[in-house]
This record gives sequence, C-alpha cells and structure tokens, in this order.
Amino acid sequence: MGLMESIRNTRWLSALFGLLIAAAPSSGEDAGIFDEYRAMFGDDNPAIFVIDEGEEYWLEPQGPKNTSLEDCDLGLGPGVVEGAYARLPRYFADVDKVMDVEARLIFCMGELQGRPSAEIEGYPYSMRGDLGTEIEALVAWLADQSSGMPIAPGQEHVKEREFFTLGEQLFYYRAGPHDFSCATCHGQQDKRIRLQSLPDLTSHEGAAASYSAWPAYRISEGIVRTMGWRMRDCFRQQRFPLLGVGSDVTVALQTYLAVTAAGAPMMAPGLKR
Amino acid sequence: MKKRVAHLLMLASLAGTGLTQADSLPEALGSSFEAINHVDMGRLQRDPLQEFCSKPRGQAGDSAMESALRDEAMASVVFPEGDDFIGDWARGAEVANNGRGLQYSDDPEAPNGGNCYACHQLDPTEVAYGNLGPSLMGYGARGQSEVMLRYTWTKLWNTHAYNVCSHMPRFGALGILTEQQLKDLMAYLFDPDSPVNQSIE
Ligand code: HEC
Ligand code: HEC
Repeated sequence: MGLMESIRNTRWLSALFGLLIAAAPSSGEDAGIFDEYRAMFGDDNPAIFVIDEGEEYWLEPQGPKNTSLEDCDLGLGPGVVEGAYARLPRYFADVDKVMDVEARLIFCMGELQGRPSAEIEGYPYSMRGDLGTEIEALVAWLADQSSGMPIAPGQEHVKEREFFTLGEQLFYYRAGPHDFSCATCHGQQDKRIRLQSLPDLTSHEGAAASYSAWPAYRISEGIVRTMGWRMRDCFRQQRFPLLGVGSDVTVALQTYLAVTAAGAPMMAPGLKR
Repeated sequence: MKKRVAHLLMLASLAGTGLTQADSLPEALGSSFEAINHVDMGRLQRDPLQEFCSKPRGQAGDSAMESALRDEAMASVVFPEGDDFIGDWARGAEVANNGRGLQYSDDPEAPNGGNCYACHQLDPTEVAYGNLGPSLMGYGARGQSEVMLRYTWTKLWNTHAYNVCSHMPRFGALGILTEQQLKDLMAYLFDPDSPVNQSIE
C-alpha cells in the first residue's frame, strides 16, 4: 500500500469512528451518555490512526525543496521528537521567539520544505465532518512521543518568563460584547456551562488535567483537535475575532497553562466529549 | 475609542512584519487576531469597566474607581416606559435557551440569545443548566414588588450596578438583547404561569 493511500485509509477510518458516534443520539450535550461512550472506547482511542498518519507526514518529502521534516528542531536538537512536546512552548534562539508546537512546525515547513506559511495558516484545523489536517496529525504524533513525560515548558529565558506573564494577563483580559475572559469560565472550581464541565485552569490540578490531555480526539467531531484549536474556539465563544495559529496570544496562553500544569505527566492524545 | 482602535491596528501592522515578537499586551492582541465575518478588531478594546475587571485574581482594585464604575453602571440603566416590565414568558423561554449571537460563527441577522441556561438553573424540568450563576428556579416567589422588578431589570440591563466585576453579561447596556427580549425574560422569571415558577413533584 502506497503512502498516500494508507494515509487516506487511516483518515477514513478515524472519520468513520466519528460518524458512528455522531449518528448516536445527540450525545455531545449529555455528560452521562458521553461517559458511556468513553467506557465503550476503553483503551481504543481512535487517535492512534491519526498518530500514525502524523509520523508519515513527518517522514514524507514535501514542498518545493522536496524534503521531509526529519531535521526539524523542536527544541531538543534537529530530529529529536521524543519528549520535545512536553518541553513546549519554549524560546528558540534561531528566530528569537517563544513558540508552541504549531508555530514551530510551520517554521520548519517553511525553512526545510520551502512551503509558504500562508499555505498552512489558512487551514490549520479541519472543519467539523472534514478529514483531519497535516498539523493535527503531526501534533497528535508529537504529543504521543512525549507520553508519560512531565510537562516542563521553558522558563529559563527572559522571553519565556515574559510570555508566562503575558499569558496570565490574557487569561484575565475581559473584553467584547459579553465581557468574557478565560477566567469567566475557567477561574473557579466545579463550574459548568450547561452540562459541560469547566476546568479551573488557574489551579495546578485543573490545568494539569486539561493540558496533559491535549491534543485530543473529540468524539463529537470525530477529529483530533489541538490545544491551538482549543484556544481559537474558546476565543470564538468569548466573541473575540479569529485567533491566528502559532500567534503570540496562543503561545502566551499555552505557556501560562503549561507552567501552571508543570510536573504532571503528558497523557495525550486524550479523548474528549 | 476610535483612536485606541487605530493605535491597536497600527501596532498590528508593525508586529505583522514578523521581525519582532510582541512584548506588550496590545501588541500581542493586535498581531494575533484578525477580523472575520461581522467580528472586527474593535472587540479587543476594553472600556474602563472591563479594564478594571481584568486584574488577575487576588489583585485589589482602587476602591474609588470601583464606586465610580458602580455609579456609572447604575446610571446606564434604561427602564421601560411606564415601568411596563412584563412581556411574554414563552418568548422569554426561547431567549433564555438560545446561546447564539455575536460569535463570528453566528448569523448576524438572527436575533441574539441570552444564554441564561449556560449559567443558571431556571425551569426545573430542564436538566442542562450551568452553575456559573445562582439558581433562578422559582424566581417568581420573590414577589412582584416595584423594588424586585426594578432590581431584576437592572441586573439584566447592567449587572455591574450591583456587583462591579460580575461575570454576567450586560444584556441591556451593551445591546445584546432588545428591550422586548428583556421584558419577555422578565415574564419568564416572574409570571406565575412560567415554567420557572412551577414545582415538580
Ligand atoms: C464562554 C465560556 C468560555 C470562555 C470565555 C472560555 N472557555 Fe474554555 N471552554 C469552555 C467550554 C464550554 C469548554 C469545554 C468544551 C467541551 O467540553 O467540548 C472549554 C474548554 C477549554 C479547555 C479544555 C479543557 C479540557 O480539559 O478539555 C481549555 C484548555 C480552555 N477551555 C481554555 C480556555 C482559555 C485559555 C480561554 C480564554 C482564551 C477560554 N477557555 C475561554 C468555555 C469557555
Ligand atoms: C456568563 C454567566 C451568566 C450568564 C450568561 C447569565 N448570568 Fe445571570 N448571573 C450570573 C452570576 C455569576 C450572577 C450572580 C453574581 C452577580 O450578582 O453578578 C448572576 C445573577 C443573576 C440574577 C440575580 C439573582 C439574584 O439572586 O439576585 C438574575 C435575575 C440573573 N442573573 C438573570 C439572568 C438572565 C435572565 C440571564 C440571561 C439573559 C442571565 N442571568 C445570564 C451569571 C450569568
């Protein structure tokens, strides 16, 4: 079976899992039913197909330079993927920037493969019911390569500490027609919106439980979603404009979450409602 | 306000060059978001109340500022003509259930919802309610005195009049809901026939 063909097959398989669940009575809304589905999945997280797909993307020569991403430096040296995700976001001297996994991947695609960043930035996350994107697959695979390792984002460089502070300020930044900030929905324990539980992301326990489980396979969508997508979608609910993939705001917020969660073991890709 | 937006946009175009990384909040906001559909960059600007209520937990605010903001919120409330507060509870139920409105994924032509169930329990038969706010089940039992009606209208119009950094949106003051929608919600809360005021065995 050729590479592209196998990619297509695994994508269809994971999309199928999603459809099976989506066809069931509107389970998305009901936490109880969701727990039953989760039990039904057991250890079989459909994200495993997407993880394999991510590795294939990593190895596949692409772009004008027809190279793979194998020399991409995610912070532990070119090509080192084991444990790299758990150490993000972090400062990268070659670009003088703090980056999350998505910003770094887009950078590597540009540098190594010669692909214009607009190509990825225009469609980083799949639409509901669509097939997953390359970013989603790569992030799923990279997170899996950090499974069991403690969350340890960089905090040595001054920029990394600045980004933590920026993230904290953003977390409490109230604006828009509903006056919402992240803290409106994620600043207290044992809260929920309708039936969806809201983790208290200002506490270590809440942030750890959340951060360690993303990227995650979302049963209601049949797709692997990344933490970058989560940030974008929560800002949508906050009535803010569109959040850019790999943007400073997304990196700063993920720095805030990762530092608050630090020490807990990564367990991604997780399984979400 | 206009000026501040212009400033933000200027910063955005600066940061967009990719040469530097943001080292301030406005710069980060300006370079990280883009306008989409009916949602523009002006959404990122804060009014004085939002700015006051953006402090990380544990940081105290200036108390003179706090009472000034409370007075301002109180003064913003527009009461309906003739203190005619009560609309139609059935329409109010729809507004309370509808969580849509003002997100870039929402249809700007459709009426906004109040999304009350996101945060409050109301109709005792509805199990999908959130708990960011207190339960409002049986609200009508508090009586329909002028004081109670005006208090509740004020809460809906501009909740900050009573609690400066309340988590509840300013449905009237920021034009999320129309006066008619607010009256319908008032009926949903107070009308003895409203499901909110029925008890279940
Ligand atoms: C209006 C409410 C609201 C706001 C504002 C909001 N969120 Fe959320 N957030 C939610 C809901 C609801 C969920 C759960 C969605 C689900 O179950 O699929 C969620 C989920 C999350 C999760 C994943 C939790 C998990 O363990 O699965 C993270 C992380 C998160 N939000 C972060 C943020 C950040 C950071 C902000 C600010 C940029 C923010 N949220 C703003 C409502 C909100
Ligand atoms: C994002 C959360 C949120 C939403 C949405 C929301 N509320 Fe609230 N509401 C609260 C909180 C929190 C309080 C209590 C704290 C306070 O006074 O601000 C409250 C208080 C109230 C009170 C006063 C209760 C009392 O005991 O005095 C009323 C009445 C009320 N809300 C009605 C509504 C209605 C009607 C809607 C929908 C149009 C609504 N709320 C939407 C969060 C919310």
